[in-house]
Amino acid sequence: MSHEVKRDPDGQLPFISGHSLSSVSEKISDVTTMPIKKMPKFWYGGMFLGLTVVQLLFFAIFVLVTRGTGIWGLNNPVGWGFAIINFVWWIGIGHAGTLISAILFLFQQDWRMSIARFAEAMTLFAVVCAGLFPLLHVGRPWLVYWLFPYPNTLGMWPQFRSPLLWDVFAVSTYATVSIMFWFTGLVPDLATMRAKTDLVWAKKIYHGMSLGWTGAARHWHRYEIAYLLLAGLATPLVLSVHSIVSLDFAVSNEPGWHTTIFPPYFVAGAIFAGFAMVLTFMIPVRAIYGMKDLLTERHMNNMCKVMLFSGLIVAYGYAMEIFFGWYSGSPFERFMVLNRADGPYAPSYWALILCNVMVPQLLWSYKIRTNPLMVFIICQFISVGMWLERFVIVIISLHRDYLDSSWAMYAGTRWDWAMYIGTMGLFLTLVFIFIRTLPIVAIFEMRELVHKEEHKEDSH
Amino acid sequence: MFKPKNIQTYGVVAEFSSSDTILEVATKAHEAGYRVMEAYSPVPVHGLDEALGRKRSILPWLVFGGGTFGCLGGLFMQYWMAVINYPWNVGGRPTFSWPAFIPVTFELTILCSALTTVIGMFALNGLPRPHHPIFNTPNFDRSTLDHYFICIEAKDPKFNEQDVTAFLNEFKPEAVNTITDA
Repeated sequence: MSHEVKRDPDGQLPFISGHSLSSVSEKISDVTTMPIKKMPKFWYGGMFLGLTVVQLLFFAIFVLVTRGTGIWGLNNPVGWGFAIINFVWWIGIGHAGTLISAILFLFQQDWRMSIARFAEAMTLFAVVCAGLFPLLHVGRPWLVYWLFPYPNTLGMWPQFRSPLLWDVFAVSTYATVSIMFWFTGLVPDLATMRAKTDLVWAKKIYHGMSLGWTGAARHWHRYEIAYLLLAGLATPLVLSVHSIVSLDFAVSNEPGWHTTIFPPYFVAGAIFAGFAMVLTFMIPVRAIYGMKDLLTERHMNNMCKVMLFSGLIVAYGYAMEIFFGWYSGSPFERFMVLNRADGPYAPSYWALILCNVMVPQLLWSYKIRTNPLMVFIICQFISVGMWLERFVIVIISLHRDYLDSSWAMYAGTRWDWAMYIGTMGLFLTLVFIFIRTLPIVAIFEMRELVHKEEHKEDSH
Repeated sequence: MFKPKNIQTYGVVAEFSSSDTILEVATKAHEAGYRVMEAYSPVPVHGLDEALGRKRSILPWLVFGGGTFGCLGGLFMQYWMAVINYPWNVGGRPTFSWPAFIPVTFELTILCSALTTVIGMFALNGLPRPHHPIFNTPNFDRSTLDHYFICIEAKDPKFNEQDVTAFLNEFKPEAVNTITDA
């Protein structure tokens, strides 16, 4: 076949080519319907690793519940430690999914279609991991419902003027909306899976989960309205969630926290970390499942550009923190900045600058942006860097209190680390279960893309 | 014991392989006076719903209602709890320090709107519905892959099996079938 791939007007390769409606459905559903013996070793390896590491989490939770939060490294004045660092880190990672599925949808960026499903799933799993920390840091997680306003015998209500309570509402709303958004997107695909699978029981499950989707025109009509509305609702939501998370810090009067730049700077950091995590999984998956025609180098290129841009905003945030330290005229603020660069935790600050400011500058190069291995490595730097960022913000501000007499050092104990690493195992496990059971690329959206491409060719 | 069900014709279904044809068929069928019909497609086909002669869904208005409820309800909830039921002096601020109530109000607005969107969409669509007569159509699985189906239902006042079959056959479909409702 001498059919040459038609390039877009700007000279770029199209996001999808050489596919028909049925071939694209086939290709994606094959990953899920693949017989268990044919599953790639990558899947078994990932699942094994995930299930192994998640045991650490179960053990850490068991010890925490039986012995209390004293097993963590918290002290006075460092009353916030790994729990909030990890919470912010995970929830930030989750934001990329909502950004890709909602904001890029509103901007009609068609390239989002092939990565949206995977990113949305990662959002959900990241929110699960994030949610564990506030849940468990209360020490008695079975009483966590105390956080919500419910009529109780004390006649008391939550403190609505506290950012920590705003967080409860923001994160629970975010989790609910993310699940609904994800599920709504899945429904037509579940109907496709019903058609593609040969197993009778699997057919029944997919059919039940698809709620009996028929693809009727009137259903599609309402479906599209609903999807657009959800995207419009999720966009301000995702911006508000990380803004509120940052207000946990910014509303206090701790040096280094009490700044107005926190909300935008946190949101940018969330996108930065989230895209890095999406790429971390997308790069191996596209190689192993032979999806390079759906998840192209052009996708990688675009995602790297978003990463570079949000990384520059984060770098601007770091610069502004230093500027505020000087401009505020407050000796405590100035000391905090100097203490970051030259105090006992200076190595973590400089490692943060290396990971989040210096290494991502490599992404200015087109060659690096389209080199999967390089992008993968850079993403690992960013993930580490974003964790360090939260560590630097939380610990360095707290460990040098206003009173010299209450200065102290902080380090995570083995249980802090066990819980943190354990959530990675949980995340990995959930991702691999997802790869095995649900279509990892939104099939009907890809069909739509093929449909659009076909009609573009017709109009020539 | 089960009584044998009174099985009736549900409609006549034609299968097509192109979205342009289905649009044409829908338009022509509406012109020919058919009203109770439905098209089934693997992708949302723009204009198909209009071609079948339908109006825009009321869903956005429901969502607006849900959002308004969330917004006012959320603000009132906080007002009632923090001002009326258990006034609480925090740092000498007025009991109704409304700017501090905005984040929760905002989140509840979004939450109620989103719940209305999803629940409303599925409810208006009549889902979940485990069985639908259209699933009796041979080869209907392909409606979720790459084929387009149109069904003129027996409930249509103009419905007549022979006429409808002849009408649909004019468009050279892949197949035309009469289906029953059980």
